[in-house]
Amino acid sequence: MLAEVGHFALIIAFVLACLQAVVPLVGAWRGHSGSMLLAPPLAVGVFVFLLIAFVILATTFLQDDFSVKVVASNSNSFMPDIYKFSAVWGNHEGSLLLWVLILSGWMVAVAQFSRGLPLTMLARVLGVMGLVAVGFIAFSLLTSNPFERLLPGIPAEGQDLNPLLQDPGLIIHPPLLYMGYVGFSVPFAFAIAALMGGRLDAAWARWSRPWTNVAWGFLSLGIMLGSWWAYYELGWGGWWFWDPVENASFMPWLVGAALVHSLAATEKRGLFRSWTVLLAIAAFSLSLLGTFLVRSGVLTSVHAFAADPDRGLFILIFLALVIGGSLVLYALRAPTVASRVQYGAFSREALLLANNFIFVISATTVLLGTLFPLVMDALGQGKYSVGPPYFNAVFVPLMALLVPFMGIGPVSRWKQDAPSRWRQELLLPAAVVVLCALVLPVLTLGFNLWVALAVLFSGWLLAGLLRDFLDRTRTAKGLFSKWRRLTPSYLGMLLAHTGFAAMILGVTVVSQHNVEKDLRMLPGDSEDVAGYRFHFVGVNPVAGPNYDADQADFQVFKGETLVAELSPQKRRYRASGQVMTEAAIDPGMFRDLFIAMGEPVGEEAWAIRLQYKPMIRWIWFGALMIGFGALTTAFDRRYRLRERRLDTAETQAAMNSPAHAKA
Amino acid sequence: MHPKRKQRLIISICIVVFSSTAIGLVSYALRGNINLFYPPADVTAGIAPTDRAIRVGGMVVEGSIKRSETDLTTVFLVTDYDGSVEISYTGILPDLFAEGEGVVASGVLGRDGRFVATEVLAKHDENYMPPEVAAALEGKKPKAGSYNLGEGG
Repeated sequence: MLAEVGHFALIIAFVLACLQAVVPLVGAWRGHSGSMLLAPPLAVGVFVFLLIAFVILATTFLQDDFSVKVVASNSNSFMPDIYKFSAVWGNHEGSLLLWVLILSGWMVAVAQFSRGLPLTMLARVLGVMGLVAVGFIAFSLLTSNPFERLLPGIPAEGQDLNPLLQDPGLIIHPPLLYMGYVGFSVPFAFAIAALMGGRLDAAWARWSRPWTNVAWGFLSLGIMLGSWWAYYELGWGGWWFWDPVENASFMPWLVGAALVHSLAATEKRGLFRSWTVLLAIAAFSLSLLGTFLVRSGVLTSVHAFAADPDRGLFILIFLALVIGGSLVLYALRAPTVASRVQYGAFSREALLLANNFIFVISATTVLLGTLFPLVMDALGQGKYSVGPPYFNAVFVPLMALLVPFMGIGPVSRWKQDAPSRWRQELLLPAAVVVLCALVLPVLTLGFNLWVALAVLFSGWLLAGLLRDFLDRTRTAKGLFSKWRRLTPSYLGMLLAHTGFAAMILGVTVVSQHNVEKDLRMLPGDSEDVAGYRFHFVGVNPVAGPNYDADQADFQVFKGETLVAELSPQKRRYRASGQVMTEAAIDPGMFRDLFIAMGEPVGEEAWAIRLQYKPMIRWIWFGALMIGFGALTTAFDRRYRLRERRLDTAETQAAMNSPAHAKA
Repeated sequence: MHPKRKQRLIISICIVVFSSTAIGLVSYALRGNINLFYPPADVTAGIAPTDRAIRVGGMVVEGSIKRSETDLTTVFLVTDYDGSVEISYTGILPDLFAEGEGVVASGVLGRDGRFVATEVLAKHDENYMPPEVAAALEGKKPKAGSYNLGEGG
C-alpha cells in the first residue's frame, strides 16, 4: 500500500510541476501578476510531494519490503540500516528520485532566498526550472518508476546492494554531486529567464552569481568525495581514472569554473554577457549529458546500472530539446548591441578571458576524449578506448598554462593595468618562489623536475594571493579591522585558489614519488617500501554483519619503531557471493601507507599490493578548500543588501521593460 | 589603435593561441593513446595487429588459469567460442576475475600469438557484462558501448 502512495505522490508532483512550468511563464508573458505569484507555492508543492515519495521509498527500504522491485534487487535484510538507507540512491530508479528531489529543493531555495528578485524574473526562473522538473519526473514515471512492485512472487530475501556501494562515502557522495549537477539548473534558469526578458545586465549577473558559486562548490565537493571513495574502496589506490563517468561530472565542473569567473566580469564590468549566458547553458547541458552518459548504459563503469535503451533515448531527446531550445532562444534574444565597456590587454578582464578560454578548451578536449569512442562506435569504425594517457597529455599542459595568469589575477586591476606594475608587485615573490622550487624538493624527497615545477607553480599562485592580501590589509590597523576588510567573496577566492595550489602539489608529488609494489607474500615475510618495512603477520577469518572476510595483519616499521598496524580484508558478501577488496590505509598529512589484498596464490601465499603515497591527502584537501571557498562567496553581504536596496527600482524597471512584448 | 579593435584583437589572439595549443596537444595525444578492441577470433585469424596497444576480451576458459609459483604472473585463455587467445598478466587481478567470467585485457599482442596484458578489467557487478564481450559473444559486429575503466573496477 505504501509504495502506491509514493507512486501517487510522484504523480501529484508531476502535475504540480506541469502547472509550475506553464502558469508562471504565461503569467510573465501576459503580465498577469496573479499567475506569477503562484510560482513559489507551486515550487513548494512539488518539493513536498517529492519529499513524501522519497521518504516512502526510504521506508520501504528500511522495512525490507521486497515486494518493491528496487528494494528486492538492491537491498537485503542483513544489511546495516545506514546502507539500507543509502541503497535508496544506490540504484537507477532511486537515484533519479533523489535527482528530482534535489532539483525541487533548489526551486524552493530560489523561491525562498530571492525575495529581492523582480516578480517577472522569479516567475520565469521558477517556470524554467519547472520545465526541467517536468522532464525528469516524467522520465522517472515513464521509464524508471521506483515504486514498481514484484507481484506475484514476492522474494523472501533481497539481492543485496553492490558491495562497492556499501560504504560511508556513498552515503554522501551522490547527494553532494547531485547538488552540484542539479544546481547548475539555477544559473541555467536565470540565463534563460534573462534571455526571455531581454535583460542581460549586471543585476542578472549578481542574482545568478551566488547560485552558480554554490552549485559549483557542491560539485567540487561531490567530485572530491568520489575520488576519495575510489581511492579506498575500489581497492587499488588510484584517485582519478579518467573514467567516462568521472569525466561526465568533470566537464560541467570545468565549464562551471569558467562560468564562475566570467560572471565576475559580467557583474563588475558588464562584460562578456552573451558569453556568460552561453556558459550557463553549456554547464547545465553538460550536466544533462553526464546524466545521459551515466544512465543510458552506453558506458561501462562502476556508475552504470543495468542498461535500458528506452532510458537513453528519453534523456537524449530531453537533452536535444534543452540544448536546441536554449540555443534557439539565445540566437533570437542574445543582445545584439555589443557592450560599450572597454578593457586593455593588461587588465583583470583580459586575465579572466584567458581563464575562460583555458577552461572551455580543457572541457572540450575532455568531451572529445569521452565521446570519441562513442562516435566511432556509432559510425561502425570499431571499438576504441581513450585512456588516461590521452587525458593526461592534453589536460596537464592546459592546466599548467592556466597558472601564470592565475598568479597575476588577484593583484591585477580592472579595465587597464600595466605590466610594469605587475613586475613591481611580483618580482620579489617570484624570486623567492624560484628559490623555493629549487631548494624544497632537494631538502625533502630529492630533486625532481616535475615536483620543482609544481612548487614553482603553486608558489606563484600563493605569492600572488599573499601580495594582494598584504596590499589590501596594509592600511588597516589591528588584526580585527584587517579581518573586517575582507569580504566573504574575497575570502572564498583566497581559499579556493590556495586549494588549487595545494592540489597542484599533491597531484605532482604523488604521481612522481608514489611507490607501488605488487608482491607474492607468505606470512612472516617482510618488504621494504620507501623506507618503511611492511611485515606480514598472518591471515585470519573474520565475520562481518553481511559478509565473511579473510583479514591479513600487517605491522609497519620505520627503522625499529612500529608506525602502524594495518588489517586489509578480502570480503565475500553472503547474499551475492561477490568478493570485495577492503584496503587498509594509514593516513598522514605527508604520506599514506596503503595495503590491499589480491587473491590467495597457492599454499599460504597471498598477492599483496603495498603502496607509499606521499602527499595524496593534499589533493582532496585542496579540493575541499576549492569547494568550501566557492560556498563561502555566497555569504557576501552585497548579494543580499543590494537586492533589497534596488528592489523597488528594479521591479519597476522589469515591469516596464519590453520583456512583456511577445518574443 | 581604436580601443574596440584592440579588444577584438586580444580576443582573436587568445582564441588562436589557445585553440592551436589545444589542437596540437590533442593530435599529439591521440596518436599513441587510443586502442581498438578485437575479439579473440580476430586474433586467431591474424586480423589483430601485433606490437601495438590493443584490447582483447571474451570469456575466461574453464580450467585454463595457471598461476606462477614464484611471482604474480597468471596465464589464462580467453575465448569468444570462435577462437581463443592466451593472455599473460603479472600483477593483481580484479576481484571478479574468474573462470567462465567476461574480461577485457589491454596490452600488446606478441608475434608468438601470446597477449601480454598491462591491465585486466573484469565486470564490477554480478549481473553485468562488458559490452564488447557481450557483442563479441553474439558473434556480430559490435554495436553499443565502450569500455574504459580504471584498474580494479
